Amino acid sequence: MQTTTITSDTQIQDMLDWALAGKHGLAVQGQGSKVALGRPVAADAILDMSGLTGVLLYEPAELVMKAKAGMKVSEVKALLDQQGQKLAFEPPDYGPLLGTAADMGTLGGIFSTNLSGSSRVKSGAARDHLLGVSGFTGRGQTFQTGSRVMKNVTGYDLCKLVAGSYGTLAIATEMTFKVLPKFDTVRTVLVYDADLRAAIACMRDALSSVHDVAAAAYLPAEAAARIPLDYISKPGKSVIALKIEGPKPSATFRCDAMRKIMAPFGDIEVLHSHNSAEFWSLTGNAAPFVGEKAPLWRLSVPPANADRVMSAIKDEGTDCLYFVDWAGGLIWVQLVSESDDGGEAVIRGAIGAEGHATLIRGSETLRRQIAPFQPVSSTVAMLNRRIKNGFDPENILNPGRMYLDEDGQGTH
Amino acid sequence: MLMPKPNQDVLAKRDYLVTELRRIVADSEAVIDDKDDLRAFECDGLSAYRQLPMIAVLPETVEEISEILTFCAAEGVNVVPRGAGTSLSGGALPLADGVLLGLGKFNKILEIDYENRCMVVQPGVTNLAITDAVKADGFYYAPDPSSQIACTIGGNIAENSGGVHCLKYGLTTNNVLGIEMVTMAGEVIRLGGKHLDAEGYDLLGVITGSEGLLGVITEVTVKILATPEHVSAQLIGFPSSEQAGDCVGKIIGAGIIPAGMEMMDRYAIHAAEEFCQAGYPLDVEALLIVELDGPKVEIEHYSKKIDEIAAACGATVSRTSQNEAERMAFWAGRKAAFPAVGRISPDYMCMDGTIPRSQLPKVLKRMGELSEQYGLRVANVFHAGDGNLHPLILFDANIPGELERCEEFGADILKLCVEVGGVLTGEHGVGIEKRDLMGEMFSEEDLKQQQRLKCAFDPDGRLNPGKVFPILHRCAELGKMHVHNGELPFPDIPRF
Repeated sequence: MQTTTITSDTQIQDMLDWALAGKHGLAVQGQGSKVALGRPVAADAILDMSGLTGVLLYEPAELVMKAKAGMKVSEVKALLDQQGQKLAFEPPDYGPLLGTAADMGTLGGIFSTNLSGSSRVKSGAARDHLLGVSGFTGRGQTFQTGSRVMKNVTGYDLCKLVAGSYGTLAIATEMTFKVLPKFDTVRTVLVYDADLRAAIACMRDALSSVHDVAAAAYLPAEAAARIPLDYISKPGKSVIALKIEGPKPSATFRCDAMRKIMAPFGDIEVLHSHNSAEFWSLTGNAAPFVGEKAPLWRLSVPPANADRVMSAIKDEGTDCLYFVDWAGGLIWVQLVSESDDGGEAVIRGAIGAEGHATLIRGSETLRRQIAPFQPVSSTVAMLNRRIKNGFDPENILNPGRMYLDEDGQGTH
Repeated sequence: MLMPKPNQDVLAKRDYLVTELRRIVADSEAVIDDKDDLRAFECDGLSAYRQLPMIAVLPETVEEISEILTFCAAEGVNVVPRGAGTSLSGGALPLADGVLLGLGKFNKILEIDYENRCMVVQPGVTNLAITDAVKADGFYYAPDPSSQIACTIGGNIAENSGGVHCLKYGLTTNNVLGIEMVTMAGEVIRLGGKHLDAEGYDLLGVITGSEGLLGVITEVTVKILATPEHVSAQLIGFPSSEQAGDCVGKIIGAGIIPAGMEMMDRYAIHAAEEFCQAGYPLDVEALLIVELDGPKVEIEHYSKKIDEIAAACGATVSRTSQNEAERMAFWAGRKAAFPAVGRISPDYMCMDGTIPRSQLPKVLKRMGELSEQYGLRVANVFHAGDGNLHPLILFDANIPGELERCEEFGADILKLCVEVGGVLTGEHGVGIEKRDLMGEMFSEEDLKQQQRLKCAFDPDGRLNPGKVFPILHRCAELGKMHVHNGELPFPDIPRF
């Protein structure tokens, strides 16, 4: 398959004209770190967007940045760091998880997949930080939506549609997004040796408290052992982790308060800034599962359901390694038992009617065979098809990446 | 303000429609067709524009809504959904040939779920009632539009409403987890729920702020947050608006995100002080109210820093609330600013645009020039933290031509917002008020792309037509406009 390295809008226009004339599918990607997410794309050519780089606007006092879609997230983070700012949704890096190098992800990739890290629970998802998008629709026409200001209700919020559409609706060339100040102090309160049920109650109490917890995760002993940080792996116990951040006097006060509240749940330790940052980076990147090939699922569920969902999975006799983030709202499950469907029936059966399960890692064969993304109702599927048709009527952008049509053909 | 021409065929079968709608809803009195009774629905918060609906229906169940929409779709009747009618952009303005679908009876709180820190409510529940229901247990719902005592959560979603707290806690779109809605085809769908991110196209995200053009919301799941331990407000006065604007940027640039940051100009300060004696200094040109929340130690830390920044920006007054009563007094003036301005002018129009904060001095200066040019006074009250301006243009509707002049002045302000990199509306919506200005911000192709979304949900354009988009297209025609021998296709379609 031919790859075209994009460095200008003119090239995109030419490729779209070519694709529309011959009804060719185009695989739109940056550094390719997320190619293994979703269904394999049925394309005739690859649009490599990684050459479309550069910051177009950065105003720290306005908390806003506009940059080209091929810009690496790691470079954006470094620039923001110089001004004491950050991407508050903590874009994860699934490169190593999916078998590619670390730090390759691009802005286009992170917003198109709407992936967020552990602070999602407080700071919102990637989509919540996307203010504006410019690019091309599958009709070969330029397109812009949103703006550069925080508060905007002018017309439909098409940024939300572009975020999480895996490049099936439009080719984003420029993205404007909100940034936030970095706090000078970050602490992580660790509570050892609780079971999942107690952990869910503990995280619920933490997030329901006035102490503004920024992230909450639970790692059973097996998962904790795979985190290369002594305080996490060495005790050989499960660990609940609660993140507190803020200006120093506030973070110190709240950290002390949290230690008192959490005391009934187990022994307590506190990670300070460097180790704390390292821990949340490893957690957000699902480090316990790196270096393996077994099917890996990411479940979004009501937080209080996490215990029930895990029991249902285990009741099916499924051998698995797991951990919980987002105070119970996100469950990572790596299946150890072999099954033809990669565990789809067990996983989706366990979450029931409320929640979403996404196959994050699976062989190409498995990703063709099952639905990597949560199936939707027939009415929603119809709306999705019409939306896709409105943006990309000839189905040339990442065809089949997300869903199959009723006739088994890859549409969007 | 041009609206779609009423369809005479629809008007001719009004009696039949009333009979059939009475068959659908259990309570026949819930179908209103008497002219006097319909008067209650003739406008929303943008009262300059009035229109009696053909019929109003006040359903009680989701099944009734589904049947009403199915019936209206089959009969070719347009539908305008309406909550409390507090929209300030004419979003709920009725249509002469349309059914007004009132959701006031959907006013129940269905579930308070502390385990998942969320609530499930019907769309007609007011914004404030959500917080009131969980306040005693230490929770609240963050977005707080000024009309929160009256506006409903369904309307908040339709308009993606903001408020003082959205600087720190986000807009409605960042605080809604799920909805149930009915499409114009009568189908009931659920989007999101008590969990966070749902995979697939983010239909929930795009429904939020869609101004009632895509579906009728029948149930809402919102995120609730723990009430902060302490809240404190700081009142800071400046000799000029420029200095106040500079201070706002410097506070945020220093890494502080207050819970709210509001600004009032001299006009608004004096009007508010006269109205409710909030204790505002009267010898300043601009006043900032900065609210901080969190533990006491954090508030003290930030408050000290803000004082230093304000002093460096030339502040002449700075007072921190010493107790809850004083904090409420600081806010009382800000919250009463609109009615207070109403006392010094027979009429006023409240505009709503957002600008990059750094452009504030330029925009304020230009607004002053426009004020002189149009011969109309303007008072400024706005959400300084996020650049959302609310200029109040003072006029007298009894003086011939003054309303029109006011409208032109308002349009110029909104164009100015776009010119400096901002947008036409920050929280009130486009509605009919700013519909014809959409071209200032979007190209024709951008607008067509937005309308294609409308077509995906409502191909016949039955839901709330005439709002948001300056040109009413039929879906089949989008992107294919072909003028042959000077004749437009579909000549019967109104183009505003």
